[in-house]
Amino acid sequence: MAEKDIALMAHLMRRAGFGATYEELERRVSEGYGATVDELLNPEGQPDLDMDIMERHFIDMREMNALEVNQAYWTYRMINTKRPLQEKVALFWHGILCTGNSKCEHGRQIQLQLDMFRESGMKTFPEILRGLARDPAMVFYLDNCMSHKGAINENWGRELLELFAMGVGMDDEANYSEDDVKGAARAFTGWTITNPIPRYPYGRYESNFIFNPYDHDNEDKTFLGETGNFNGDDIIDIICKQPSAARFVARHLYNFFVADEAEVPAWQRTAPRDPKAIKMLEDEYFKSGYSIGAMLKVLFNSDFFKNAQFEKVKSPAEVVIGTMRLVRDFTSPKVGLNPLANNIRYMGQDLMNPPTVEGWHTGKEWIDSGTLVERINFAADQVGNTGLPGVKDIVSRMESENITNPEGLVDRCLEMVGGYYLADETRGQLVEHAQKGGNVTPGTEAYSIRVSEILQLIVATQEYQFA
Amino acid sequence: MTSTKKDPVLVVLQLSGGNDALNTLVPHGNPKYYDNRPNVRVPEDQVLKLNDSVGLNPNMAPVKNLYDQGKVAIIQGVGYPNPNRSHFRSMDIWHTCEPDSQGTEGWLGRTIKEIDPNKENVLTAVNFGRGLPRALAAPGVPVASVGNLATYGVLTGIEGEDQRADALDVFSRIYSPTLGRSMVVDYLSQTGMDALKGADILSTAPENYSSTVEYGSDVLGQYMKNIAQVHLAGFGTRILYTTAPYNSFDTHAGELAAHAKLWTDTSNAIADFYDDLSQHNASDNVLLLVFTEFGRRVQDNGSGTDHGSGGMAFLIGDHVNGGLYGEYPSLDADKLLEGDLHFNNDFRGIYTTILEDWMEMDAKPIVNGGFEKLAFV
Repeated sequence: MAEKDIALMAHLMRRAGFGATYEELERRVSEGYGATVDELLNPEGQPDLDMDIMERHFIDMREMNALEVNQAYWTYRMINTKRPLQEKVALFWHGILCTGNSKCEHGRQIQLQLDMFRESGMKTFPEILRGLARDPAMVFYLDNCMSHKGAINENWGRELLELFAMGVGMDDEANYSEDDVKGAARAFTGWTITNPIPRYPYGRYESNFIFNPYDHDNEDKTFLGETGNFNGDDIIDIICKQPSAARFVARHLYNFFVADEAEVPAWQRTAPRDPKAIKMLEDEYFKSGYSIGAMLKVLFNSDFFKNAQFEKVKSPAEVVIGTMRLVRDFTSPKVGLNPLANNIRYMGQDLMNPPTVEGWHTGKEWIDSGTLVERINFAADQVGNTGLPGVKDIVSRMESENITNPEGLVDRCLEMVGGYYLADETRGQLVEHAQKGGNVTPGTEAYSIRVSEILQLIVATQEYQFA
Repeated sequence: MTSTKKDPVLVVLQLSGGNDALNTLVPHGNPKYYDNRPNVRVPEDQVLKLNDSVGLNPNMAPVKNLYDQGKVAIIQGVGYPNPNRSHFRSMDIWHTCEPDSQGTEGWLGRTIKEIDPNKENVLTAVNFGRGLPRALAAPGVPVASVGNLATYGVLTGIEGEDQRADALDVFSRIYSPTLGRSMVVDYLSQTGMDALKGADILSTAPENYSSTVEYGSDVLGQYMKNIAQVHLAGFGTRILYTTAPYNSFDTHAGELAAHAKLWTDTSNAIADFYDDLSQHNASDNVLLLVFTEFGRRVQDNGSGTDHGSGGMAFLIGDHVNGGLYGEYPSLDADKLLEGDLHFNNDFRGIYTTILEDWMEMDAKPIVNGGFEKLAFV
């Protein structure tokens, strides 16, 4: 099996999921790249995780209120899912269509929103926005429940246009006016949530979306050049047919799945990194009737995607989950899940509690001296543990191939971690370090220690910080 | 204005979870306190009285002792308009000075940028605890974040001293800047080298430290010891930050026992820290700020108290003008805000005082506006 096929599959699995072991990569290569893309895009073909077992181990998961519990739950899902793209797409939308625990009545509410992203994240853009506009966590987070006929609160209407669907502008032009914000906000009046059941003595329950016709503005509104007695769904339909919506979705997909782009607020004036790629995605957006799944299919099968290996700085979730999938730990519920999940926060990504409604700044902005140390030490501690199943697998595979010389050890470890290649100087440093110990004999303790030392240095490189 | 020749240093201790102001600075002279707190109250005869109306919690004797020496300023009724009772959001507001919109830059992050614009010292600011509080975050501002000073560093999981030294040697060569790689890789390399350098310097702090003060074994005691160690090591660190364990002050239930333990540990940590610095003749350029994100509900809930507003803050140090600042918020039913204390001191006024009268810099761009100062330094 050609190593370049393995490397390409590793790239696909890092982007469309959270990475895969060498065995899984081999299996997928033999099934074919196209077949793997199709499997990823059709998650229902794979079994969902049996999450009931979690409640037996973690009683907090019955209520799912505390942020840490929600983070642990999601971490477990990301590590163990058989539907990696479904979970990755949920993470994608979570970083754009943001709500946060800092303004949320009940932690489970955000988990339910993620369920919605899992369920409809690859359907059409209008379907996703319709779900979002009715999502109780969002209605509360952006104050649409405080927006009334005759007394609008513009928060949701504004962010829908600015951060969730269009962006302030493109090609140096503004995408909408202040009047459009007001028109949108008016159309969503009366879209509110039920009061929660009192917390005492019943415990916490989630709110439900409800439409209150008495609080809905039934006058005509003008929005993006059209006039009518619009409601929220009409606004979403008008948004979705705009070129700006196509550009918005395309650039976000590119930034998340292909290569780090300029930060979102700069998009009005900064052209896309790869205009041809964006054009391909925009065309598919319209051709497919706004389907995210169809855009992803074009994306994963494109040359621009295949040629973008290591063009993205991993997010903290990608570092932690990718490393856990490599070493195959926490494949069943056990003590230590919460502390494991905390590492994602230590690296700067407090899942389900983004810093603002703009989400996290990505790319190089993930890295500072504190978070880099967290990343390196976390990954090195995992691969340095020769008792973990994934590390054992790598060791025994290399033993069975009878790789004994230092150079061979370094190169094979790089392949095992997922088709990584290092800058020449860096690889040279690793080989030189391995040479100090000379050749090693398969089957000895020294062998597994040597392999894990090499793995530790690999995950400490700059290259490992890239997906 | 301080007359010290050494650079002023700010130490911040964050009490996460919302410290109950009413049971910390107890309004023992006010019968309404006892009316509202049938269960979660400090009996009048146990209060460490500062005057006829207020006194400290009985577990704060070490702080009372510093207060009697004139080294403690207590700011009453601290808060901001339209109080938010979410831990995260309220803490964000304290961290970013942006109560109306969500900000990402911390006030101390901006302060560090001002102090060390060219990033000459990788240890201008050091945080103790895992993960960086938003107060210290600003783009391009390096802050060392130390989970455990004794073991802090890169690749700390590698067992065997020789093996680790070898690995670090490789690491430093891998991260040395080289030509012809991408801008992002260059940035990563620089950041890695900064981290390594910071860790190398920090690791010498415990080695060169000796003291007769024995800190408590609790997390806060140990972090305050680490702060003393780094300050005494003379690395030029200007801002040191630590946080009481995550949401520990969130005393919804079983408050009396929990709060007693919290303030025993916290008071001891503060007093030990102060003693340690004075014994080493190193206290005169240090100001300690102790704050929390909000106070708690005036009425107790039977065994604890729920989230409220109108909190309090402490400033401690040699150059502090000790005493009470601001007014104790009224407990009269018609003066409460949805059952909570009304603030009368904007926290940004405290920051402004610290920045201008202690750190000697312009506060306006850091706290986002002009706020009335207090005379505590």
